[in-house]
Amino acid sequence: MIDATLTTLLAVQNESASSFGEGPGSWTIGLVLVVLVSLGALLAAGQTLKRKPESHIDPAILRNFNKRVTSWLTICVMLVIALMLHRSVTIALFGFVSFWALREFITMTPTRRGDHRTLFWVLFGFTPLQYVLVGIDNYDLFTIVIPVYASLFIPARIAFAGDHKRFLERTAKIQFGLLICVYSLSHAAALLNLKLAKWNSDTGVWEAWENGPNDTYGLLFFFIAIVQVSDILHFLWDRLFGRHVIAPAVNATKTWEGLLGAACCTSLVGMVIQVVLPVTPFTWWGAGFMALIISIMASSGSMTMSAIKRDRGVKEHGTLVLGHAGVLDRIDSVCFSAPIFFHLTRFFTDAESRVVDVVAEQSVAAATMGMSCFSFLV
Amino acid sequence: MKQVTVPVLAALAKVLSGATVRWIGCEPETCQRIYFANHTSHLDALVLWASLPKNIRNLTRPVAAVDYWQSGPVRRYMATVFNVLLIDRKKIKVHNSPIDMMLREIGDVNSLIVFPEGSRNLSGKMGEFKSGLFHLAKKRPDLELMPVYIDNLNRVMPKGEFLPVPLLSCISIGAPIWLESGESKAEFLQRARKSVLKMKDS
Repeated sequence: MIDATLTTLLAVQNESASSFGEGPGSWTIGLVLVVLVSLGALLAAGQTLKRKPESHIDPAILRNFNKRVTSWLTICVMLVIALMLHRSVTIALFGFVSFWALREFITMTPTRRGDHRTLFWVLFGFTPLQYVLVGIDNYDLFTIVIPVYASLFIPARIAFAGDHKRFLERTAKIQFGLLICVYSLSHAAALLNLKLAKWNSDTGVWEAWENGPNDTYGLLFFFIAIVQVSDILHFLWDRLFGRHVIAPAVNATKTWEGLLGAACCTSLVGMVIQVVLPVTPFTWWGAGFMALIISIMASSGSMTMSAIKRDRGVKEHGTLVLGHAGVLDRIDSVCFSAPIFFHLTRFFTDAESRVVDVVAEQSVAAATMGMSCFSFLV
Repeated sequence: MKQVTVPVLAALAKVLSGATVRWIGCEPETCQRIYFANHTSHLDALVLWASLPKNIRNLTRPVAAVDYWQSGPVRRYMATVFNVLLIDRKKIKVHNSPIDMMLREIGDVNSLIVFPEGSRNLSGKMGEFKSGLFHLAKKRPDLELMPVYIDNLNRVMPKGEFLPVPLLSCISIGAPIWLESGESKAEFLQRARKSVLKMKDS
């Protein structure tokens, strides 16, 4: 029965939209406007507070806040322009950001002469290849090329170069950089490839999503907006209610209150977005759950990057080489949450990926994802 | 033709090296200067030259070895684009002193980029300075000697490599030094070397 409905549904989808997205839907445009206006308002508020000499807010905190909001606004505007132009422009934009972030990451981590050719192939080979695979929507390859092929290529190429000093450490550094900056981030761009449908749990059948299966721009923007909201809320919760620092040696400002408060509030924001502007095929509670996961992953991303920066003795990647914006600083939360959000969305709403026992597979997938997300809380 | 190729190549050099330029305790000026820097990569001269502001760049000539920059058509062309002042390391004689040639070439308009270590070092530690800088300073005490530290370019293109890895590099230019009265050659060269190293940590 499920198979039959699925087949008809896919047929309808293929008819209605044989090519990729026809541009963002009206709900998506609404969400874009809301995000841009609220970021603009936050920026204006921050700038006004900065001008007021009598305010009681620490100027350093305010400066940090303004910097964050400005960079998020830049990211959003660039993303909106890319989304309006073409799907491939958006994917290329993510590719460029990946390239730049990896460049910052390798600059920060010491490598040796023997790694030179490996780094060349990682930057000019695997990075573009990953985004080409996302562009041509080859799910099987883009999910394995870096974790399997690149992971084997990197140590082998370093071994061939003949330098065995700190071999595992150097290998791990390059592998990690590639995995976080390129592989993980590419999953955000890959959201555009999903074929969205709604799973009706009451009747147990796939239903067509009223926005059309290809309105993935909304999904991507929902994701980016949620990460931003989570970042800003985490920052505010830390400053206003933060008492118990998670790991003072790693990051002196990130607190348990911030982590949990931001996660709960972000979850609420996710529900509200979905109810007011239904840009995703999730139910309202589904959107809340997704936002919760995104927020927790985003926080763990910033924590991980803090640990790396502390180990290297730099506070922000941007100040490492003065004048550069510190792309890695801004996207660490996106990198960590993108693959999880991509796979959860695919498991729950991508019509093409589901052929067999939907409920069983979804349960297994959800359990695995849930465990990997919550294991570090305990 | 040069109006197009020079800015394009300069931009390319800047993008590949991701170079940030810091002027510490000094400002970009068009007065006659000698920029002296540590030498770790073939790109050093090009990137330092490309990261100077356009009006200064047009007046500044990197000093480099003829045996490297005259081998092959690409390098020969690049040398003309960047207006490199070529020195033949093998033909240095008393009557053919490169110092006199440099001073002749710059007249009272141009500035120079020099690498007092002489050649690139592999160890990553900065070598001792050769005496050329001292003779320049002695013969032309009016020139501002600008210490420059080039960071990370040896990772972008190390010795013996032809493929660049575009990591982010940083160029720090410090306050000028001059030869002080009664200062010996060794003392001056030590002080000059230290002024470059100081830029590394600032």
